[in-house]
Amino acid sequence: MGELPALTTAGTVGEKKGEAPQAPPPASRRAWIDWLGVLPFFLFATMFLFIPSFSIFIRSFEKLGGGFTFDNIIALFTKSDIVNAYKTSLTISGVTALLGGVFGFLMAYAIVMGGLPTRIREFTLSFSGVASNFAGVPLAFAFIATMGNAGLITRTIETWFDLDLRQAGFSIYNSVGLSIVYMYFQFPLMILIMAPALAGLRREWREACENLGGSGGTYWRRIAFPILMPTLLGTMVLLFGNAFGAYATAYAFSGSFINLVSILVGAQIQGDVLYNPGLGNALALGMMAIMATAMVIYLYLQRIASRWVR
Amino acid sequence: MKKKRAPIWVWLIFILGMAYFFIPLLSTFEFSLRMVKGTYSFEAYRVAFSDPAFYKNFGYSLLWAMLTIIISSVMVVWTAYWVQLRMRRIRPVVEFVTLMPFVVPAVVLTFGLVRMYGRPPLLLTPTPIPLIAGYVVLSFPYMYRAVDAGLRGIDIHTLTEAAQSLGASWGTILFRVIFPNLRGAILSGVFLTFAIVMGEFTFASLLYWPAFGPYIEEIGSMRAYTPQALSLVSFMLTFLSISAIQWFGRGSREQQAQVAGAH
Repeated sequence: MGELPALTTAGTVGEKKGEAPQAPPPASRRAWIDWLGVLPFFLFATMFLFIPSFSIFIRSFEKLGGGFTFDNIIALFTKSDIVNAYKTSLTISGVTALLGGVFGFLMAYAIVMGGLPTRIREFTLSFSGVASNFAGVPLAFAFIATMGNAGLITRTIETWFDLDLRQAGFSIYNSVGLSIVYMYFQFPLMILIMAPALAGLRREWREACENLGGSGGTYWRRIAFPILMPTLLGTMVLLFGNAFGAYATAYAFSGSFINLVSILVGAQIQGDVLYNPGLGNALALGMMAIMATAMVIYLYLQRIASRWVR
Repeated sequence: MKKKRAPIWVWLIFILGMAYFFIPLLSTFEFSLRMVKGTYSFEAYRVAFSDPAFYKNFGYSLLWAMLTIIISSVMVVWTAYWVQLRMRRIRPVVEFVTLMPFVVPAVVLTFGLVRMYGRPPLLLTPTPIPLIAGYVVLSFPYMYRAVDAGLRGIDIHTLTEAAQSLGASWGTILFRVIFPNLRGAILSGVFLTFAIVMGEFTFASLLYWPAFGPYIEEIGSMRAYTPQALSLVSFMLTFLSISAIQWFGRGSREQQAQVAGAH
């Protein structure tokens, strides 16, 4: 137990190189010029980010014929197809965040500490950068070619086991299939964030542990893992949001077969499928609320993580 | 780290990861070659590239990408520079704004934009303004992170004073001093934005503008094989963009800004 405070200091010493101590000139007179400089950015953000978001918020409380109501918000928790859409979205996001997180962590461990050749590490990191950004329509078609009805894997299994999977009622266009697709960009993102964190674990920490008689297991359980935990959890939250907000991949993969919140919002844009504009707004508001929660948790965990990891 | 040979489970994990990476790509390639029954051929590519609509939609995507990159890079570089120079205290606010695309996913932002600007008093949906604005917002996290990291590496106060004492205007300082000094950082933001916009589907399809992403999807509902050929084209675009970033960002691992939201 006693080694942790000592580690705190070891972790922070020499971390901050103070920024140049050039204080801006006394600015009281020129304050408005200062604000003028950032005006375009904030004007843009207000017009195309805040006003649209705020209008969603306001209109979530609009009754069908006009007037204020909480009914739309209540409907989010009671109307069965909406509740189901949220359940499906949350499940897919949660499962792919967890599995993507665990597998991504193992991959990061394998390439950083597993003793694999350096070239393999470089290659994996580079490719993870590509894979984590390969999404949307092309990704969906890639997986249709992989495990769709005429996909390579599907045909291979059919030949090996002499089956007709389609006739057996097997289909990949469901939430399991979509989760497999999402994993393609989920675990590489975990690798990208986890690899530097693992590389940032200092040798001194391990040596300190060994000198005090700790085994490799003790080191991981009592030192490395607690230090990595905020990064690990934070990234999983990021992955969660990554999947929760996804629309293009899901739409191109399965059309509207899978009842996801994002798909429902998309349908609501194209035509008022809920026959209630207020409810459509509430649906989008719910997504923002969940994403905002994820963001807050992520930022909080990242702040804890930055104490330890360079 | 002690030098040791990789245990078997490490290799297993690694091979599993590589399989996940490459089997879908391999399958897509194999699938795209099967247009002519009974033999492998590049027929799907020939068909894909002989469709005039491909060039039209691809061209539009290029146009959207260029506009997004110009607006986003000028606005973000200027703002990040100005904040660093004069308004350090509002830096957290700017950072917060650039992270907003995570809180407001593309489909929700489109919804908001359509509801807000799809009717008077401010009817914008007949113009591509909401589309470009959406893309610019989407690019904020990537662009800002890259530029902010770049700015930390140069002494903008000295540069600004030197330029000012030579009589430079703010425009000259931005385009002839700050931009060239941030070339690496800006390019990494630019290529990421390019990769994202070129394959983007949500904004373009829901705002009814021609683009490469919706085109692949549309072709997919009519034909087999060609969408896979086009998907590989799209993959190559992503691959080349990210490779370019890694090429320009050699030496500094921090270059690759990672915030999600374009899926």
